[in-house]
Amino acid sequence: MKILRRYFELYASLWRNSVTREMQFKTNFILWIVVELLWFGLQIAFMTVLFSHTESIGGWSRWQVILLVGTSNFIQQIFTALFLTNLSEISELIRTGKLDFMLLLPVNTRFLVSFRKVDLSSYINASFAVAVMVYAGSRLGIHPGWREILGFSVMALAGLTIHYSLMFLLSSIAFWTVRAQGVVYGYYNLFNIARLPEGAFPQGAFRRVFTFILPMLLVSNVPTKVLAGMAQSPWDLALMLGMSLGCFLVSELFWRLSLRQYTSASS
Amino acid sequence: MRKYLHVIGIGIQNTLVYRVNFLFRAAFGLIPLAGTLYVWRTIYASKSNGSQVGQYSLAGMISYYLMVNVVDSLTAVAEDDWQIAADIKDGNISQFLLKPLDYLSYRFCLYLAGRAIYTTVAILPVAVFTVYLREYFVLPDHFEALVMFIVSVGLAAMLQFFIAYSVALLAFWILDVSTLIFIQFAFEYLASGHLFPLDILPPTLAGVLRLTPYPYLTYFPVAVYLGRVTGHELWTGLAIQTFWVLVGYAGARWIWSRGIRRYSAAGG
Repeated sequence: MKILRRYFELYASLWRNSVTREMQFKTNFILWIVVELLWFGLQIAFMTVLFSHTESIGGWSRWQVILLVGTSNFIQQIFTALFLTNLSEISELIRTGKLDFMLLLPVNTRFLVSFRKVDLSSYINASFAVAVMVYAGSRLGIHPGWREILGFSVMALAGLTIHYSLMFLLSSIAFWTVRAQGVVYGYYNLFNIARLPEGAFPQGAFRRVFTFILPMLLVSNVPTKVLAGMAQSPWDLALMLGMSLGCFLVSELFWRLSLRQYTSASS
Repeated sequence: MRKYLHVIGIGIQNTLVYRVNFLFRAAFGLIPLAGTLYVWRTIYASKSNGSQVGQYSLAGMISYYLMVNVVDSLTAVAEDDWQIAADIKDGNISQFLLKPLDYLSYRFCLYLAGRAIYTTVAILPVAVFTVYLREYFVLPDHFEALVMFIVSVGLAAMLQFFIAYSVALLAFWILDVSTLIFIQFAFEYLASGHLFPLDILPPTLAGVLRLTPYPYLTYFPVAVYLGRVTGHELWTGLAIQTFWVLVGYAGARWIWSRGIRRYSAAGG
């Protein structure tokens, strides 16, 4: 309990640092929100155009898909707020040898590396995603009770864990080769899969890879179906929880393995 | 002229360093493309046989996206805009003001070199992907369409470069242009036909977009390849595309001449 409190206080002070840093560049802060809003708008525009030519995609109706796009953006924004900057900086920490400094601090290094900076504008972007989800939900006429909300939260948390673990895993490749940066940016392409309705994908290699190896077709699909009360087997929920735990464990193992052979950049 | 050939040579050598990065980028970029194609296939499957979206059959639609990917490999701006902005911010362009070298031509040579390497590296994953989808991939009807496609891609590359160059030059006035680059790119992504063919949009909206230069970056060359614009329409299109290239060139020169007056060589 004491440890938990210590880490909580530590995170609070990291938060304060980030607020101070971001408020130095207010215009930029707002412009980044505009950028994210535009790209979010593009995703919705794409789906709207698709639905001007069809009634449903793989059994998903228009507002179900918009709800999915909202959910996937919500999870992606929370991921960005908490982790994206930090994870993309790992390769730089290794290349410059700044990681040594963090290894010496009396806290869990993975915690520090993962939570160092907070991207505040992403919380605001996440609230736009919630607004879209609420609107889509009202068009669908769904009234989620506490059960659906709780289920959604648990599944969204599992989705967040999957994104975090996979990208952390990719970032750790930087311990082995300096060229890892391209791999990290490649992860952005996976977000594109996460916002598509799984019903659009026939049984086959593509679907299996993105369900059982890089579970992008679970990350936002499962929470959306829970929230909208769409039919889904309990196996999906178990699979998603299992996958998130599995991804986290694999990333932790790889992190320890990488740290063991880390020789530092300097001297 | 010889000095610019030399710049291209140096550019090729420098970008060769990034070949693995380029390969990753080209290969990873196919993942969202595959996702989009699956979605379209599902939409077509839910309609009656032989039905169309707009004027596209399933094969036409898949070919459209594959060709967008090809045009994108040939013309997209990779790091150029970031480098230009950084050159201005860090005061590196001072040296170009002293050398008998035109900065725009210099950057254009580097852009060409970068595209040459990227295309060479991207051929492998894109070709494998295209062969995999070969039953949906259509070749142009006439040899003429292929020639016109190449001309049109050349013009598109120039236009693409001038737009990116002009946006990057705003670094003369603004400290951090990355947000502006992303905002411009968002509009480009939609209006150039990257996301979907523009002629499946409601006619009014497509008409408005056609007044901007964006469709001539991607949609138009692909439409030429697919034989969707021919005859009189083709020549008008090429003329408008050339017009935008000239506007882009003039705009880039004008912004440079305005910006250089404000330039104070920070750190230079």
